[in-house]
Amino acid sequence: MSLQLQQTMQRRRGLFTTDHRTIGIRYLLLSLLAVAIGTVLSLFMRIHIVSPDLKLPLFGQIPPEGYLALVTMHGTLMVFFVLTTAPVNGFASLILPAQIGAQRMAFPLLNAIAFWLTTLSLAVLLGAFFVPGGAPISGWTNYPPLSAIAAAGPGQATGMDLWLVSIGIFCFASILSAINMLTTIVSKRCQGMTLLRMPLTVWSWLVTAVLILFAFSILFAAVVLLLSDRHLATGFFVPTGEVINGLLLDNANPHANGSPMLWLHLFWFFGHPEVYIAVLPAMGLTSSLLANFTRRPVFGYRFMVTTTLLIGVFGLLVWGHHMFVSGMNPYAGTAFALMTMAIAIPSSGKVLGWLAMLLRGRDSRVHPLPTPMLFTLGFLSFFIAGGLTGPILAQPILDAYLHNTYFVVAHFHLIMAMAGAFSLFAAVYYWFPLMTGRLMNETLGKWHFWLSLIGAYGTFFPMHFAGLAGQPRHYAQLAGSTSTLSSLIPLQTGITHSALFLAGAQLLFLINLAWSARRGQPAGENPWQATTLEWASDLAECKVVRGPYEYGFHTNTQDFVMQYAVEPEEE
Amino acid sequence: MPATFTRTPTDIERKDPGIGGKPPVDRRPTGGGGGDDNWDNHPQGRRGPRELLTRYRLGLFFALAGDLMFFIALVGAFFVRQNAGHFDPRDNYVSDWHPLAVPPILWINTAVLLLSSGTIEIARRHLFHEVDVMEEWLGLGRPAVRRASPWLIATALLGALFIDGQWIAWQQLESQGLFFASNQNSHFFYLITATHGIHLVLGIIALAVALCALFLLRRVEMRQVVVDCTAWYWHTMGIFWVFLFFLLTCFQ
Repeated sequence: MSLQLQQTMQRRRGLFTTDHRTIGIRYLLLSLLAVAIGTVLSLFMRIHIVSPDLKLPLFGQIPPEGYLALVTMHGTLMVFFVLTTAPVNGFASLILPAQIGAQRMAFPLLNAIAFWLTTLSLAVLLGAFFVPGGAPISGWTNYPPLSAIAAAGPGQATGMDLWLVSIGIFCFASILSAINMLTTIVSKRCQGMTLLRMPLTVWSWLVTAVLILFAFSILFAAVVLLLSDRHLATGFFVPTGEVINGLLLDNANPHANGSPMLWLHLFWFFGHPEVYIAVLPAMGLTSSLLANFTRRPVFGYRFMVTTTLLIGVFGLLVWGHHMFVSGMNPYAGTAFALMTMAIAIPSSGKVLGWLAMLLRGRDSRVHPLPTPMLFTLGFLSFFIAGGLTGPILAQPILDAYLHNTYFVVAHFHLIMAMAGAFSLFAAVYYWFPLMTGRLMNETLGKWHFWLSLIGAYGTFFPMHFAGLAGQPRHYAQLAGSTSTLSSLIPLQTGITHSALFLAGAQLLFLINLAWSARRGQPAGENPWQATTLEWASDLAECKVVRGPYEYGFHTNTQDFVMQYAVEPEEE
Repeated sequence: MPATFTRTPTDIERKDPGIGGKPPVDRRPTGGGGGDDNWDNHPQGRRGPRELLTRYRLGLFFALAGDLMFFIALVGAFFVRQNAGHFDPRDNYVSDWHPLAVPPILWINTAVLLLSSGTIEIARRHLFHEVDVMEEWLGLGRPAVRRASPWLIATALLGALFIDGQWIAWQQLESQGLFFASNQNSHFFYLITATHGIHLVLGIIALAVALCALFLLRRVEMRQVVVDCTAWYWHTMGIFWVFLFFLLTCFQ
């Protein structure tokens, strides 16, 4: 561990520290807790689908509404607390200042406040399990009127309120974090670090922070309006004359005439940029790691920057593709379909660029491929597999059949959950030396990768077939009063076994983390021989003189040049 | 020549009232861009008062951008609701929107708010007069603070007057029988004015904090930052109000 890191960590171990590295690691631990809980919830879901009558040890039999509560909390935990917190807040706090040559972030106190607010948000969300009625059942998307009426279902009273408060706090924390990241990137770059010399990870955090600023503000407004509907007798989202469980609603006045469509528009205006928030840092990391491990520069650095910006901008314009069958004007559907197909262009551009890097680097790549590179290739694989079904779902006529089936579940789990998770794994394996000064164990890492890859494809790929066969989402059981879906039970059983296998493989990761933190091989200053500034030693006054990916230009001494090195022969 | 890492004295944090180091004067370096990679023309020291101010202004800008998106969400919902009627049993489209007459006191409130923008701008500029700032930095009294404080107090009073006027407007509406939950667009009237009002109350609190900071903070750069950011926040809330007021008067 470098002297600077040691001194920093000794100085700032306090509970309310403003040291960005410590806060970054704490964010990652928060995400680890959230992903563990979310995974356990998903395993309960999977087991329930194939054996609905099974009595779980502490809970007993899960009723159908309990299944919906599992679905809701699984989605909320994973999307917010794992896929938004870890790649954006966690790794940006940890790595961003170092990569631009800054000693600290622009507003360290804001960083600390955002972290503690996120922790509070998680605590409030988990509290929803323990209140009377239990957790909310309206899905992570919480469409009204189910989410607007406390009497509409179990868990929709206090549980739903806790969900809304939790997500409101999370929105606020994310916005603070985004302000911090944006100001850091704009104003704290060291001398010589022009915008076009920033690593692609920093570019992706820049675009992601702008998306967070736009999207989470809208979600905050939507949450405020929904809370107003629930408690202040307004009718933004509840139609007039709504009858629920045989009771005519009278909390909203007769002229309320609200519309669930308003919620859908507001929520998905947030919801679509949210998935790009989850995946853009992963894309930036993929470019960086492919350059590092193929020992070649990024293919078209400015091209990658442009595609990142385009994905960010277009991502704000495609939200209606979640709403094709909602009763929206069909011409709006056409517009959204065209925009969604347009966003496939920069995304494919990125994928082709990565493939070009792999092709170009085939003679010079590091051999054998280290674990971070394996997980990056895994990201690529899942991104392509999940991404190819995106344009299918972007056609309104196809989506009319496939909406809310398992086809959609397969699509977003492959591209967001598995690709996102694999890039998080790659990031952890790659930056572990910066966190602990040690390398993670390669053998365990390789086993973790291969078992996870097989498990993930085994779990999520067959869901395409279930969806094409018409199996809807959120169904708690497949047999019962009718036998329409019983033919899918063997498929779902296979998926459940694969999911258990996948979850089991993650134990290898946890063991590796715990063991390597104490007993891993010491890493040295720059174990991956990378060029970017986070691997520089003791950078008190940094002066950047070259671009971020100068690999492979010299064959005599070493094949890479760090960003701040003055002469190629010296570091 | 080997790359060396020298620890320059610019990283040393200063706690005293600013003797030593760079005086907080607004002079951009004119040269220094040639021969090295200093493309963004950052001054060599990099931790001067200009950078501090820029950093806080940037942070405030991004925060206000997010806030603008929040207001845009409310305004968007406003327009959606305005055009969302229903079909009666005879299949006629019936609009449910009952435009409400804006209480005339809102015009006075708008004028008061614009006036308060003027007073806080005067206060802000007093904090940046070079002669006064140099005197403070040298420790020769606090002329900038003395000149700016009455204007900050005036702004706070005008802001409180605005909030009071909004409250009176609410009471006028309630006396006519239009409450928050009465009908659709009364929801929006109260929601929009209440949201803006909450932001303005936060602004008044920020003014109070700025006033205290003027007397308690020891570095003159930080005093500049606090008043400057409060002033920009106040101006932005004023501009937001002009748009919201325009919305409520002309677009109902």
